[in-house]
Amino acid sequence: MTEFFPQGYASYVIGGLLIGSAISLLYLLTGLIGGMSTVFTSTWSYFSQAPYFSEVRFRSSRVWRLVYALGLILGGLVYLSMSRETFVTEISPWRLLLGGVLMGFGARLSNGCTAGHGICGLASLRVSSLLAVIIFLATAIAVAHLMQSLGIH
Amino acid sequence: MKKSSLLAVLVCGVLFGLGLSLASMVKPEVVIDFLLFRDLGLLLVLGTAVLVTLLAYQLGPKILKKPVLESRYGNYVSALDIRTLLGAGIFGLGWGICGVCPGPAIAGLGVGNWPLLYTLAGIAAGAYIQGKWVAPR
Repeated sequence: MTEFFPQGYASYVIGGLLIGSAISLLYLLTGLIGGMSTVFTSTWSYFSQAPYFSEVRFRSSRVWRLVYALGLILGGLVYLSMSRETFVTEISPWRLLLGGVLMGFGARLSNGCTAGHGICGLASLRVSSLLAVIIFLATAIAVAHLMQSLGIH
Repeated sequence: MKKSSLLAVLVCGVLFGLGLSLASMVKPEVVIDFLLFRDLGLLLVLGTAVLVTLLAYQLGPKILKKPVLESRYGNYVSALDIRTLLGAGIFGLGWGICGVCPGPAIAGLGVGNWPLLYTLAGIAAGAYIQGKWVAPR
Protein backbone atom coordinates (compact mmCIF):
# COMPACT_ATOMS: atom_id res chain seq x y z
CA MET A 1 0.00 0.00 0.00
CA THR A 2 2.86 2.40 0.68
CA GLU A 3 3.49 2.67 -3.06
CA PHE A 4 0.20 4.57 -3.33
CA PHE A 5 1.07 6.83 -0.40
CA PRO A 6 4.71 7.89 -0.91
CA GLN A 7 4.23 10.78 1.56
CA GLY A 8 2.55 8.60 4.19
CA TYR A 9 -0.99 8.87 5.51
CA ALA A 10 -0.77 11.12 8.55
CA SER A 11 -0.77 14.62 7.05
CA TYR A 12 -3.62 13.70 4.70
CA VAL A 13 -5.80 12.20 7.42
CA ILE A 14 -5.14 15.00 9.94
CA GLY A 15 -5.64 17.63 7.23
CA GLY A 16 -8.91 16.03 6.14
CA LEU A 17 -10.14 15.80 9.75
CA LEU A 18 -9.35 19.50 10.23
CA ILE A 19 -11.17 20.46 7.03
CA GLY A 20 -14.20 18.37 8.04
CA SER A 21 -14.15 19.84 11.56
CA ALA A 22 -14.02 23.37 10.16
CA ILE A 23 -17.05 22.86 7.92
CA SER A 24 -18.89 20.98 10.70
CA LEU A 25 -18.18 23.62 13.31
CA LEU A 26 -19.31 26.36 10.93
CA TYR A 27 -22.61 24.51 10.49
CA LEU A 28 -23.19 23.75 14.17
CA LEU A 29 -22.30 27.27 15.30
CA THR A 30 -23.90 29.38 12.56
CA GLY A 31 -25.95 27.04 10.34
CA LEU A 32 -23.90 28.15 7.31
CA ILE A 33 -22.87 25.80 4.51
CA GLY A 34 -19.14 26.29 4.03
CA GLY A 35 -18.46 25.83 0.32
CA MET A 36 -15.66 27.90 -1.17
CA SER A 37 -16.64 28.95 -4.68
CA THR A 38 -19.65 31.20 -4.02
CA VAL A 39 -17.36 33.91 -2.63
CA PHE A 40 -16.08 34.45 -6.17
CA THR A 41 -19.63 35.38 -7.24
CA SER A 42 -20.84 37.15 -4.10
CA THR A 43 -17.81 39.48 -4.03
CA TRP A 44 -18.71 40.75 -7.52
CA SER A 45 -21.91 42.17 -5.97
CA TYR A 46 -19.72 44.94 -4.51
CA PHE A 47 -18.60 46.02 -7.98
CA SER A 48 -21.27 45.02 -10.49
CA GLN A 49 -24.93 45.94 -10.84
CA ALA A 50 -25.63 42.90 -13.04
CA PRO A 51 -28.92 41.27 -11.95
CA TYR A 52 -27.36 37.91 -11.04
CA PHE A 53 -24.75 39.38 -8.69
CA SER A 54 -27.46 41.51 -7.04
CA GLU A 55 -29.49 38.48 -5.94
CA VAL A 56 -30.20 38.42 -2.21
CA ARG A 57 -28.39 35.11 -1.66
CA PHE A 58 -25.14 36.74 -2.80
CA ARG A 59 -25.60 40.20 -1.27
CA SER A 60 -26.65 38.76 2.07
CA SER A 61 -23.74 36.34 2.28
CA ARG A 62 -20.94 38.41 0.80
CA VAL A 63 -19.55 39.62 4.12
CA TRP A 64 -19.22 36.28 5.87
CA ARG A 65 -17.88 34.63 2.71
CA LEU A 66 -15.06 37.18 2.53
CA VAL A 67 -14.34 36.71 6.25
CA TYR A 68 -14.26 32.95 5.65
CA ALA A 69 -11.78 33.44 2.77
CA LEU A 70 -9.65 35.69 4.97
CA GLY A 71 -9.65 32.89 7.55
CA LEU A 72 -8.32 30.47 4.93
CA ILE A 73 -5.36 32.75 4.21
CA LEU A 74 -4.70 33.12 7.94
CA GLY A 75 -4.88 29.32 8.30
CA GLY A 76 -2.19 29.04 5.63
CA LEU A 77 -0.13 31.59 7.58
CA VAL A 78 -0.54 29.57 10.79
CA TYR A 79 0.78 26.54 8.93
CA LEU A 80 3.68 28.59 7.56
CA SER A 81 4.57 29.82 11.04
CA MET A 82 4.71 26.20 12.29
CA SER A 83 6.48 24.63 9.30
CA ARG A 84 8.67 27.67 8.51
CA GLU A 85 8.79 26.48 4.95
CA THR A 86 7.23 28.43 2.10
CA PHE A 87 6.11 26.58 -0.98
CA VAL A 88 6.05 28.15 -4.42
CA THR A 89 4.57 26.10 -7.25
CA GLU A 90 6.46 25.52 -10.47
CA ILE A 91 3.34 25.00 -12.56
CA SER A 92 3.42 27.53 -15.42
CA PRO A 93 1.39 30.72 -15.07
CA TRP A 94 -0.71 30.02 -18.17
CA ARG A 95 -1.87 26.73 -16.65
CA LEU A 96 -2.70 28.39 -13.32
CA LEU A 97 -4.63 31.16 -15.05
CA LEU A 98 -6.47 29.06 -17.65
CA GLY A 99 -7.32 26.43 -15.05
CA GLY A 100 -8.65 29.18 -12.81
CA VAL A 101 -10.92 30.67 -15.48
CA LEU A 102 -12.41 27.26 -16.30
CA MET A 103 -12.82 26.38 -12.61
CA GLY A 104 -14.46 29.69 -11.79
CA PHE A 105 -16.88 29.39 -14.68
CA GLY A 106 -17.59 25.69 -14.12
CA ALA A 107 -17.95 25.82 -10.34
CA ARG A 108 -20.40 28.71 -10.52
CA LEU A 109 -22.39 27.10 -13.34
CA SER A 110 -22.49 23.89 -11.32
CA ASN A 111 -23.07 25.76 -8.04
CA GLY A 112 -20.27 23.94 -6.26
CA CYS A 113 -16.60 23.03 -6.26
CA THR A 114 -14.53 20.38 -4.49
CA ALA A 115 -15.57 21.80 -1.12
CA GLY A 116 -19.19 22.55 -2.09
CA HIS A 117 -20.17 19.40 -3.98
CA GLY A 118 -17.29 17.27 -2.70
CA ILE A 119 -17.77 17.83 1.03
CA CYS A 120 -20.96 19.81 1.77
CA GLY A 121 -23.00 18.19 -1.02
CA LEU A 122 -21.91 14.63 -0.27
CA ALA A 123 -22.46 15.19 3.46
CA SER A 124 -25.97 16.45 2.57
CA LEU A 125 -26.53 13.19 0.63
CA ARG A 126 -27.26 15.05 -2.62
CA VAL A 127 -27.33 12.78 -5.68
CA SER A 128 -26.52 15.76 -7.94
CA SER A 129 -23.37 16.43 -5.90
CA LEU A 130 -22.29 12.78 -6.11
CA LEU A 131 -22.66 12.93 -9.90
CA ALA A 132 -20.81 16.27 -10.01
CA VAL A 133 -17.93 14.81 -7.97
CA ILE A 134 -17.68 11.76 -10.25
CA ILE A 135 -17.72 14.00 -13.34
CA PHE A 136 -15.11 16.50 -12.13
CA LEU A 137 -12.80 13.81 -10.78
CA ALA A 138 -13.01 11.81 -14.02
CA THR A 139 -12.46 14.92 -16.15
CA ALA A 140 -9.52 16.16 -14.07
CA ILE A 141 -7.90 12.69 -14.13
CA ALA A 142 -8.32 12.48 -17.91
CA VAL A 143 -6.89 15.99 -18.44
CA ALA A 144 -3.90 15.35 -16.16
CA HIS A 145 -3.07 12.13 -18.01
CA LEU A 146 -3.50 13.80 -21.39
CA MET A 147 -1.20 16.68 -20.45
CA GLN A 148 1.32 14.20 -19.08
CA SER A 149 1.32 12.13 -22.28
CA LEU A 150 1.68 15.27 -24.40
CA GLY A 151 4.61 16.36 -22.24
CA ILE A 152 3.01 19.70 -21.27
CA HIS A 153 4.50 21.36 -18.19
CA MET B 1 -24.92 38.84 10.94
CA LYS B 2 -23.87 39.00 14.59
CA LYS B 3 -20.26 39.78 15.48
CA SER B 4 -19.99 36.48 17.34
CA SER B 5 -21.08 34.61 14.20
CA LEU B 6 -18.53 36.43 12.07
CA LEU B 7 -15.84 35.53 14.60
CA ALA B 8 -16.95 31.88 14.39
CA VAL B 9 -16.77 32.09 10.58
CA LEU B 10 -13.22 33.46 10.83
CA VAL B 11 -12.09 30.73 13.23
CA CYS B 12 -13.62 28.01 11.03
CA GLY B 13 -11.89 29.57 8.01
CA VAL B 14 -8.56 29.42 9.84
CA LEU B 15 -9.12 25.71 10.66
CA PHE B 16 -10.09 25.06 7.06
CA GLY B 17 -6.99 26.83 5.72
CA LEU B 18 -4.74 25.03 8.19
CA GLY B 19 -6.26 21.68 7.16
CA LEU B 20 -5.82 22.42 3.45
CA SER B 21 -2.18 23.39 4.02
CA LEU B 22 -1.43 20.36 6.20
CA ALA B 23 -3.08 18.08 3.65
CA SER B 24 -0.79 19.52 0.91
CA MET B 25 -3.78 20.65 -1.13
CA VAL B 26 -2.12 24.06 -1.55
CA LYS B 27 0.56 22.32 -3.64
CA PRO B 28 -0.69 21.81 -7.22
CA GLU B 29 2.12 19.31 -7.76
CA VAL B 30 0.67 17.00 -5.07
CA VAL B 31 -2.85 17.26 -6.51
CA ILE B 32 -1.55 16.48 -10.02
CA ASP B 33 0.32 13.46 -8.58
CA PHE B 34 -3.04 12.31 -7.23
CA LEU B 35 -4.72 12.79 -10.61
CA LEU B 36 -1.91 10.72 -12.17
CA PHE B 37 -2.42 8.00 -9.49
CA ARG B 38 1.07 8.47 -8.04
CA ASP B 39 -0.14 9.50 -4.57
CA LEU B 40 -3.68 8.72 -3.48
CA GLY B 41 -3.51 10.94 -0.38
CA LEU B 42 -6.26 13.23 -1.66
CA LEU B 43 -8.72 10.36 -1.27
CA LEU B 44 -7.88 10.26 2.44
CA VAL B 45 -8.38 14.01 2.70
CA LEU B 46 -11.75 13.93 0.97
CA GLY B 47 -12.87 10.76 2.76
CA THR B 48 -12.12 11.96 6.27
CA ALA B 49 -13.50 15.45 5.60
CA VAL B 50 -16.76 14.03 4.22
CA LEU B 51 -17.10 11.57 7.09
CA VAL B 52 -16.81 14.26 9.78
CA THR B 53 -19.12 16.65 7.90
CA LEU B 54 -21.65 13.87 7.27
CA LEU B 55 -21.91 13.30 11.02
CA ALA B 56 -22.36 17.01 11.71
CA TYR B 57 -24.90 17.61 8.93
CA GLN B 58 -26.98 14.51 9.67
CA LEU B 59 -26.79 14.32 13.47
CA GLY B 60 -26.26 17.99 14.36
CA PRO B 61 -29.86 19.13 13.81
CA LYS B 62 -31.12 16.12 15.79
CA ILE B 63 -29.02 17.03 18.81
CA LEU B 64 -29.11 20.84 18.60
CA LYS B 65 -32.50 22.21 17.52
CA LYS B 66 -30.79 25.31 16.13
CA PRO B 67 -27.20 26.37 15.56
CA VAL B 68 -25.47 27.76 18.65
CA LEU B 69 -25.27 31.35 17.39
CA GLU B 70 -28.01 31.67 14.78
CA SER B 71 -31.67 30.74 14.43
CA ARG B 72 -31.67 28.13 11.67
CA TYR B 73 -29.61 25.63 9.71
CA GLY B 74 -28.90 26.23 6.02
CA ASN B 75 -29.37 23.71 3.25
CA TYR B 76 -26.95 22.77 0.50
CA VAL B 77 -28.74 23.80 -2.69
CA SER B 78 -27.96 21.61 -5.67
CA ALA B 79 -30.20 20.77 -8.60
CA LEU B 80 -29.91 17.63 -10.69
CA ASP B 81 -29.78 19.37 -14.06
CA ILE B 82 -27.57 20.01 -17.06
CA ARG B 83 -25.97 23.13 -15.53
CA THR B 84 -24.75 21.20 -12.52
CA LEU B 85 -23.31 18.36 -14.58
CA LEU B 86 -21.86 20.47 -17.41
CA GLY B 87 -20.39 22.90 -14.89
CA ALA B 88 -18.76 20.00 -13.03
CA GLY B 89 -17.15 18.86 -16.30
CA ILE B 90 -15.76 22.34 -17.01
CA PHE B 91 -14.61 22.61 -13.40
CA GLY B 92 -12.78 19.28 -13.70
CA LEU B 93 -11.11 20.44 -16.91
CA GLY B 94 -9.77 23.51 -15.13
CA TRP B 95 -8.78 21.56 -12.02
CA GLY B 96 -6.80 19.07 -14.11
CA ILE B 97 -5.00 21.88 -15.92
CA CYS B 98 -3.92 23.86 -12.84
CA GLY B 99 -4.00 21.38 -9.94
CA VAL B 100 -5.60 23.58 -7.28
CA CYS B 101 -9.25 24.02 -6.46
CA PRO B 102 -10.77 27.29 -5.17
CA GLY B 103 -10.25 26.75 -1.42
CA PRO B 104 -6.57 25.80 -1.66
CA ALA B 105 -5.98 28.63 -4.15
CA ILE B 106 -7.02 31.03 -1.37
CA ALA B 107 -5.29 29.23 1.52
CA GLY B 108 -2.12 28.80 -0.56
CA LEU B 109 -1.50 32.56 -0.39
CA GLY B 110 -0.96 32.13 3.34
CA VAL B 111 1.86 29.65 2.84
CA GLY B 112 3.51 32.03 0.39
CA ASN B 113 2.49 30.25 -2.81
CA TRP B 114 2.09 33.56 -4.64
CA PRO B 115 1.67 32.21 -8.22
CA LEU B 116 -1.77 31.05 -7.08
CA LEU B 117 -2.76 34.69 -7.59
CA TYR B 118 -2.98 33.77 -11.29
CA THR B 119 -5.52 31.08 -10.38
CA LEU B 120 -7.48 33.41 -8.11
CA ALA B 121 -7.64 36.04 -10.86
CA GLY B 122 -8.78 33.31 -13.26
CA ILE B 123 -11.50 32.03 -10.92
CA ALA B 124 -12.78 35.57 -10.35
CA ALA B 125 -12.87 36.14 -14.13
CA GLY B 126 -14.62 32.82 -14.75
CA ALA B 127 -17.21 33.55 -12.06
CA TYR B 128 -17.78 36.99 -13.61
CA ILE B 129 -18.33 35.54 -17.09
CA GLN B 130 -20.78 33.02 -15.65
CA GLY B 131 -22.70 35.56 -13.58
CA LYS B 132 -22.77 38.32 -16.19
CA TRP B 133 -23.62 36.34 -19.33
CA VAL B 134 -24.62 32.77 -18.56
CA ALA B 135 -26.62 32.92 -15.33
CA PRO B 136 -30.34 32.09 -15.56
CA ARG B 137 -32.56 35.16 -15.75
